[in-house]
Amino acid sequence: MTRQNMTLEVNGRRYDVSVEPRKTLADTLRDDCGLTGTHLGCEHGVCGACTIIVDGETVRSCLMFAVQAEGRAIRTVEGLARGNELHPLQSAFMQHHALQCGYCTPGFLMLTAGVLEQNPDIGEEELVDILSSNLCRCTGYENILKAVLAAAADMRAAK
Amino acid sequence: MKPAPFIHHKPRTIEDAVRLIAEFAPDDGRILAGGQSLVPIMAFRMAKPPHLVDINDVAGLDRLEVVDGMLHVGARVRHAAFRQNAAPGPTGAFLGAVMRNIAHHPIRTRGTFCGSLAHADPASEWCAVAALLDAVLVARSLDGQREIPVRDYFEAVMTTALRPDEILVEARLPLLAPDARFGFCEFSRRSGDFAIAMCLVTLRVEQGRIRDARFGIGGAEAFPRRLAEVEAILDGATPGETVWAEAARVAAAALDPLEDAVTSGAYRRDLVQSLALRAFKQVEA
Repeated sequence: MTRQNMTLEVNGRRYDVSVEPRKTLADTLRDDCGLTGTHLGCEHGVCGACTIIVDGETVRSCLMFAVQAEGRAIRTVEGLARGNELHPLQSAFMQHHALQCGYCTPGFLMLTAGVLEQNPDIGEEELVDILSSNLCRCTGYENILKAVLAAAADMRAAK
Repeated sequence: MKPAPFIHHKPRTIEDAVRLIAEFAPDDGRILAGGQSLVPIMAFRMAKPPHLVDINDVAGLDRLEVVDGMLHVGARVRHAAFRQNAAPGPTGAFLGAVMRNIAHHPIRTRGTFCGSLAHADPASEWCAVAALLDAVLVARSLDGQREIPVRDYFEAVMTTALRPDEILVEARLPLLAPDARFGFCEFSRRSGDFAIAMCLVTLRVEQGRIRDARFGIGGAEAFPRRLAEVEAILDGATPGETVWAEAARVAAAALDPLEDAVTSGAYRRDLVQSLALRAFKQVEA
């Protein structure tokens, strides 16, 4: 099948890739950009492990084709930390034990990073609804909720 | 879980999109909008369209505005656009309340209102809204544009009056009266999952009597519809426990329920009765 040459902009860096139109953005990030922080669980939009941010909106990268992401600002978990300084969400996930096996963690981090950017004052009730977007089979979600609320408070205080 | 190969077409204008779908529809070409239903189906290889006409870059399809008392919703308006007051008065509040039941946040940023209508899953909330409000669906093809009233639109599970070479370019929703009240309640086994049943109601109360009652169901039958039997009971009645109970009982009795391996028709009937009561309670509040 014909491949298409294109340039993806991920975490501010340009990646020249050559992919078939049927290749999902998630697979392209992992296989062609070498950014394996984005995980794939179900590959049909249910589990949320592949959640990333495209043009400021959280999306399932298994439900977008890479050819649809050309010219868009893509952000993955690799772009969260600044050098050695973790993103407040990453620190809070560590402090509050919001992960065990860690498989779902990149998806939760990008989901909540995107949501907190749009809604820094999000309340607990709305956050519970947001967290229902992604599956975690280890934590029972309580510690993820605590971590995100703590990170949100840290981020507001830092402003 | 990898889709079958396809050729990706990326038109910039509606004219090009219409020309492309006319060319490739006979070969099972499909429109790609938000992709939140089509792409999973392709991942399962339940659909293997050899051509996708991607309308995400087509100019002018993101229109969301009121024209002559109708809310016009363009083909690329995402679910998330209804989060806050997409329309004046109770219509915007109603659409916002319904939107919170559709899938999850990262799905709502991509999935589209018109895409849901074109897909016509029985459990689609927007399909139920369109049926309840008597929406008009605007389809475009090389033959021009035609307006399809919602009563002529749904034909069966995931089957509509849209032809394969037509693009659903816009849905038009009549606005609710400024004093209209609404209720929406659905049941699904997991948060954000497909609803097994949902009930919708809008009405006004004038001098202690119910007026302009609309009652609809979704998820419970092959496609959503209004139930005239229920509306007849509501109209003119005094809002309260008595009429709610009677209307909910009639709604359950009027149902021609879907049945599947895990959900019996009797269960859906019971659900509709309970959900109708809960929707009525929202109207009261």
